[in-house]
Amino acid sequence: MSVTQTDFRTAILDSDLNVPDGLKDAQGRPAGRRFDVYRNNVAVSLTEALQAGFPVVFKLLGTQNFKAIAGVFLRRNPPSNPMMMHYGAEFPDFLRGFEPLSHLGYLGDVADLELALRRSYHAADCETAGGDVLARIPAAQLETLRIGIAPSVEVLSSPWPIHDIWAFNQVKGAPKPRSEAQDVLVTRHEFDPEPHLLPPGGARFVAALMTGTTLGKAASETTVQVPEFDLSTVLTLLLTGNAITTATI
Amino acid sequence: MSRPLKTAAIAGAVATALIAQSQSAQAGKKEKCFGVAEAGQNGCAAGPGTTCAGTSSTDYQGNAWMLVEEGTCLTIELPDTADGKMRTPSLEALDRDLPA
Repeated sequence: MSVTQTDFRTAILDSDLNVPDGLKDAQGRPAGRRFDVYRNNVAVSLTEALQAGFPVVFKLLGTQNFKAIAGVFLRRNPPSNPMMMHYGAEFPDFLRGFEPLSHLGYLGDVADLELALRRSYHAADCETAGGDVLARIPAAQLETLRIGIAPSVEVLSSPWPIHDIWAFNQVKGAPKPRSEAQDVLVTRHEFDPEPHLLPPGGARFVAALMTGTTLGKAASETTVQVPEFDLSTVLTLLLTGNAITTATI
Repeated sequence: MSRPLKTAAIAGAVATALIAQSQSAQAGKKEKCFGVAEAGQNGCAAGPGTTCAGTSSTDYQGNAWMLVEEGTCLTIELPDTADGKMRTPSLEALDRDLPA
């Protein structure tokens, strides 16, 4: 073959370029317009992949806008890996930086949530610890307790009501989004990940637990930043979401 | 230096969480509801490159689900089928309205 993979790939993603020289069909004829079929198939399939991966962003933008925006994105960020289930990791940042969408500031953060749900779905399984493990820890030792968090758990913090926007578009009968900043905890109770609204400071607290900070330190540092921090609500969400793997003193 | 949260406060929060969990707050939980999603609007968290995401191709497809508030699935009213039979939602996959 006289065409390099780089030339082939560049031309696939840029229809302004000529069909690379040297591409021939089985009868030795030049590829010509047949190459455009490949161009179209690549763009359409990646657009469909983005639509499947970001259903809420798709709903918010509408079919026409989404397809146009996906077309720009997929040419800048073609897959770096053959596993399509993770395609679009750069999409949230792309949406945040895409000038024509600057009036929809929340889009990137909603895309982050959709990506987190997908990561959670594909995260490794692990044994979780039920409430009885926590119940056995003497009160005096709770402060120095380190809580292990399951790999399927994700936390997000946004100045936008990302939980409400997601729910309004995905859950039948969900109320209209409130106007507030929201922290979200994604847990995978059984097989499907679900986003939960965290009280203010919740994302900071769970992120601290994830890095091995003790329960006492994580709670007091969060309370310093967010005085109204509601520790028991966050612990309840972690327990009911099967998010805790270990509790070590 | 942050002011440490009192041990009692942490113990109280843990106790509250354990009670709340044992009561297994049903409120806010979701259930999978089959046969109610419009074409392409079914739920699936696996994403592209998998066989389930947003792939229902008929309205109210019986083997496609979406999340609804727990306890509300069976109360969802659906239009009758083209031949006048009643359509009902289900917590299990159904074999009606399957794509040809």
